[in-house]
Amino acid sequence: MIDYLREIISGTWSLFVGLGITIRYFFQPVVTVQYPYQTLPMTPCFRGHIELTKDEETGETKCIVCGMCQKACPSNCITVNGEKREGVKGKVLTEYTLDFTKCSLCGLCVESCPTAAITFSKDYNLAGVRKEAYIFDLKKRLEAKN
Amino acid sequence: MHVDPEIIRLLAFLVGVIAFAALNAAYLVWLERKEAAHIQRRIGPKEVGPFGLFQPLVDGIKLMTKQLIVPAGVDPVLFKIAPILVMVPAIMSFVTIPFSETLVARNLDLGLLVIFAFASVNVLGLLLGAWGSRNKYAVISAARVVSQNVAYEIPMLVTVVTLVMITGTMNLHNIVMQQQGGFWHWNILNLSASPLMPVAFLIFFVCMLAETNRAPFDMAEAESELVAGAFTEYSGMGFGVFFMGEYANIVIGASVATILFLGGWDCPLGLFPGVHWFLIKMYFLIFTVIWIRWTFPRTTFYGLLNLSWKILIPISFFNLILTSAMLKVF
Repeated sequence: MIDYLREIISGTWSLFVGLGITIRYFFQPVVTVQYPYQTLPMTPCFRGHIELTKDEETGETKCIVCGMCQKACPSNCITVNGEKREGVKGKVLTEYTLDFTKCSLCGLCVESCPTAAITFSKDYNLAGVRKEAYIFDLKKRLEAKN
Repeated sequence: MHVDPEIIRLLAFLVGVIAFAALNAAYLVWLERKEAAHIQRRIGPKEVGPFGLFQPLVDGIKLMTKQLIVPAGVDPVLFKIAPILVMVPAIMSFVTIPFSETLVARNLDLGLLVIFAFASVNVLGLLLGAWGSRNKYAVISAARVVSQNVAYEIPMLVTVVTLVMITGTMNLHNIVMQQQGGFWHWNILNLSASPLMPVAFLIFFVCMLAETNRAPFDMAEAESELVAGAFTEYSGMGFGVFFMGEYANIVIGASVATILFLGGWDCPLGLFPGVHWFLIKMYFLIFTVIWIRWTFPRTTFYGLLNLSWKILIPISFFNLILTSAMLKVF
């Protein structure tokens, strides 16, 4: 009999505890982010497609056209080309193409780059109707940024 | 031409009651969605109108434009009559509910009995609709609804009998009038009549949840187990009328609880009594009903029946005996 009553009382009490938890949540601010109207800043670890970084001093790319990223890429989606120019030390970048349709975002190119010329972008709004839209000319993107 | 003003008054009340039931059904859906959203820290409906306030109207238009499909093999009469059998008793019950001292369609001497008589027709409507649908899920749902309602009718009525013994009347207006003058006069705190009155209120409230098939006792609908239970085969406004009936029943349940236990239109501190206090208490109870739905998961069917037969019925009978003893002694 005592156990019966104790179970009823503790059971009823636990129901009130549960109600207390939900009503606290009820008055807490909402956490939903209304995506197309509001966006959250991307976390530093986010790995989007790669992009070229620029040298803070010259404003140009840091790429020395060594081709390490091209060699490191397991899916062969990077094409790097450069040329020798008069009066410029080393090679000058003429083409940096990323075929994003094949990229698996493994990040080996970023790891292998000796001058930290490439990094992950924070670009996640990727949608399109044509495959060609995903063959990025990273050099042009960098110039467009400048 | 002479028209009896009583007829005009009754017609006005009829239109008012139907409008009140329909408006409540529409906006309780909105309240339910908003409250559920905020308990889960979401926003809820927000696109249609300010705070999504036009959402119920748009939903209603959608339901009305949809085709009323009558599947092959259903019982055509029962299938069509069931939504009406759920809706009409709910509206009938509004007739005798006093919203304030003067605002009542018909003040019947047996008002309480009328409400409980009509409230039990609701189950019949669900049973007929489910049986007529020729759908296994609907039939399972109907069997559950009937056994659940049989189980919960008993503690509810025993609690009400206890209350009627204290008040000595079934006239809802008189029951409220006895509780006037502040919250310490309300039946929920009428400890001199029975020290178990708050418990009686809890029993009544739990039974009301079960009678209106609300979570955690929503065995009838049980969307994760039985598709939509008794409503599985209904489409368009057939489904809509069922839903209006369900919400109207919740409003009735909350109103009866307000009248019996919470002093009806009486102000807790004895100031400015009126219809607004009735509505505040009623909507607070409805808020609690929704709050409970979004707090507790559905019970098992055995748990549901055990709760009634092993806990609620013994306690309500004990309360009945205690109250009658105290009425005799004091």
